[in-house]
Amino acid sequence: MSDIKKFLFVNRKPPYGTIYALEALEVVLISAAFDQDVSLAFLDDGVYQLKKGQQTKGIETKNFSPTYRALEGYDVEKLYVEKESLAARGLTEDDLLVDVTVLSSEEMGNLMDQQDVVLSF
Amino acid sequence: MLHIINKSPLGNVSLDSCLRVAKSGEILLIEDAVYAATRGNAFEARISEALGRLKIHVLLPDLEARGLADRLMDGISKVDYGGFVDLVAANKNCQSWL
Repeated sequence: MSDIKKFLFVNRKPPYGTIYALEALEVVLISAAFDQDVSLAFLDDGVYQLKKGQQTKGIETKNFSPTYRALEGYDVEKLYVEKESLAARGLTEDDLLVDVTVLSSEEMGNLMDQQDVVLSF
Repeated sequence: MLHIINKSPLGNVSLDSCLRVAKSGEILLIEDAVYAATRGNAFEARISEALGRLKIHVLLPDLEARGLADRLMDGISKVDYGGFVDLVAANKNCQSWL
C-alpha cells in the first residue's frame, strides 16, 4: 500500500496524574487498526508510563500499563525511549515493562524528523 | 503549615517554588509529585536538602500506582488516605500548590 504514513506518538507525561498517557494509548490502538507505520516515543516524564510494577488498586484507577505489552499484537513494535530522560529519573532499561530501543537526544530528534505525522501527548 | 504538591518536579515548578518559599512545616507529596521522593531522580538533592528543615510525607497509594514503592528516599514518611486527613487536621492551615 502506497498511502502508509509514518506516525510518531510523543509521550511526555507521567501516567495517572492526567489523562494524556491513557488517551495516547487509545489513539495508538486506533491508528494501528488503519495499518499505518506507527512508532511511540517516550521522553521526559513520559518514560514513567513504562515503569514496571505499577499497582493501582490503592488509587482505584485502571492499571493500563499491561497494554504496552499488548501493542506487539497490533503490530506496534517500535517503542523508543530517550536515554537522558531515563537517567534523570534514576531509571534504566531494566526498569521498563516492555522491550524498547533507547535513543540519545540527538537520535530522538532525528526520529521525529523522519515522520510524516507527529502527535504529541 | 502543610504544603500539598501534586505535580512532578521535572515537569512543573510547583515543588521548586514551594521549597523556595517554605522554611518550616510539612510537605505532603501526592499524585505525580511522588516522583520527587524516589531515589536517583534529578530532584533528589533538593529533597534531601529540604529534609533538614521540613517534614516530608508521601501518599503511598500514589507511589504504588506508579511502581515506585521500593524506591522511596530515606527520611520520607509514607501515609495512607487516613494519614492524609490526619495531616490536614493536625496543621493550622494548608496550601495546595496547584
